[in-house]
Amino acid sequence: MSVQEINNASVLEALAAEFGELIINSDEPYGFLTIEIPAEKNTAIIQWLMEHPTIKMNFLTDLCGVHFPDNKGKEIGVVYHLHSWTNNFRMRIKCFVAAATPEVPTLTTLFDAANWMERETFDFYGIQFVGHPDLRRILNMDEMDYHPLLKQYALEDETRDDKDDRFFGR
Amino acid sequence: MSQLDTHNHGNFVSTETIDGEIATLNLGPTHPATHGVFQNVMKVDGERILSSEPTIGYIHRAFEKLAERRPYNQITPITDRLNYCSSPINNMGWHMTVEKLAGINVPKKVDYMRVIIMELARIADHLVCNSVIGVDTGALTGFTYVFQEREKIYEMFEEVCGARLTTNIGRIGGFEREFSPVFFSKLKKFLKEFPGKYQEFDDLLTRNRIFMDRVIGAGPITPEKAIGYGFTGPNLRAAGVDYDVRVMNPYSSYEDFDFTIPIGKDGDTYDRFIVRQEEIKQSLYIIQQALDAMPEGLYHADVPAFYLPAKEEVYSSMEALIYHFKIVMGETPIPAGEVYHAVEGANGELGYYLISDGGRTPYRLHFRRPCFIYYQAYPEMIKGSLLSDAILTMSSMNVIAGELDA
Repeated sequence: MSVQEINNASVLEALAAEFGELIINSDEPYGFLTIEIPAEKNTAIIQWLMEHPTIKMNFLTDLCGVHFPDNKGKEIGVVYHLHSWTNNFRMRIKCFVAAATPEVPTLTTLFDAANWMERETFDFYGIQFVGHPDLRRILNMDEMDYHPLLKQYALEDETRDDKDDRFFGR
Repeated sequence: MSQLDTHNHGNFVSTETIDGEIATLNLGPTHPATHGVFQNVMKVDGERILSSEPTIGYIHRAFEKLAERRPYNQITPITDRLNYCSSPINNMGWHMTVEKLAGINVPKKVDYMRVIIMELARIADHLVCNSVIGVDTGALTGFTYVFQEREKIYEMFEEVCGARLTTNIGRIGGFEREFSPVFFSKLKKFLKEFPGKYQEFDDLLTRNRIFMDRVIGAGPITPEKAIGYGFTGPNLRAAGVDYDVRVMNPYSSYEDFDFTIPIGKDGDTYDRFIVRQEEIKQSLYIIQQALDAMPEGLYHADVPAFYLPAKEEVYSSMEALIYHFKIVMGETPIPAGEVYHAVEGANGELGYYLISDGGRTPYRLHFRRPCFIYYQAYPEMIKGSLLSDAILTMSSMNVIAGELDA
């Protein structure tokens, strides 16, 4: 489907026409097109957006993890920010997986830049990027046995009693 | 005799090389030639680099985790410590992200003041990077020339916010105070005197035969590769792609200013140097325009819930006291939502991805740190080159350890 004018509505329409049910939901927080897709389809959908003759999402701006422990079955997410330089159009793609099996296909086949970004996301959230050529920790030490940005790890030592949250406005 | 004895980089090699034998070289993490905490384990054949394996994270300070525990105004000092060569840009980017989330519109005057500060920071950052390229080729003189000018920029920051390197400059909603007359006189003096000093530095290196021979062709990258590797900023523009956030997604009224985006052709060290040199000129031009067209008005937005009231009012008015208390204790209500805001940092697109659940702290804050993303291309850029070119490539990429490791 050819898209004449690139904006949130037209891109979403093109995606819905191509992928239908795979676009789980969509939103426009602060005018920024955000869609949610199934994790196993991320490569296919992003590749389609990248190779689309007019949409041309050529640049992977950012890739990071998020953790919503209360979102049962979809606790851990990966957020991609894509940018089409020819259309100056940005969009955000999210996919969620269960904390028990945090497996997401890698984007390194499409963008070289995804390599370290996925390593960082693995390091902090423990997300297994299936097909990643070198999935190791990157910022934390190799001996670390947990993924520190997960919400169950408190920033401060919880055994300390000299810091009472009530007195710090927390 | 070892072939490495004749070259000043030879003494880092762990074992003497014999023709055809591959040596392992541990460059860094602490070494004066790497300008920061970077480690590269290289396989070298003589002086040729066969492969390189960067290890990063030596100064990782868990900023993203810290940010999940801090109220919004207390995150600004964290951003200082990303790219500490141009902290004000990081600070402004953060303020603008929160303003976007909270729906705060700042007066035009604040935009212009921010532009002046950000462009000064860009000049300071580019001066450091370019003069260090000179140092790594053995030309120390230019470095000492421009560091005097950088000092003057820092004096201006000091005049505005009291700090020099990690500035914590400005507030959510504007600036803490009006620019002082001393600041303006310093700025005008700088705008008058700097071009001469810049020219002196430029004359030393830009068309210097020895320098050119040394840097042309060192660490090149093609535009396709650069885009794939997520390059942004001067490094991308040196490869010939005119992507600049200031033009693509103007923020802080950049659309009001007239400037050009310099681009290079080969993406090598020389092009990166030239692009930065030209960007310094463009930044000066932007500052001049902002100064000439400085709008009248207040230096902050009228957002009492975010912007600290004047101290006199805190002592005399109940509302001011309440707001003061709430801001200091981090009890300001903020809408739930998610924003991505990007600014053109001195070394690329610096983005803030912020998820708020309406609580006192961000639910999730991710920094899109340009040099973390482009540094992964380093092994490919230096593969097959000489060791001394690898040093030059790193300094010309302007990889800042604080930003790399967050």
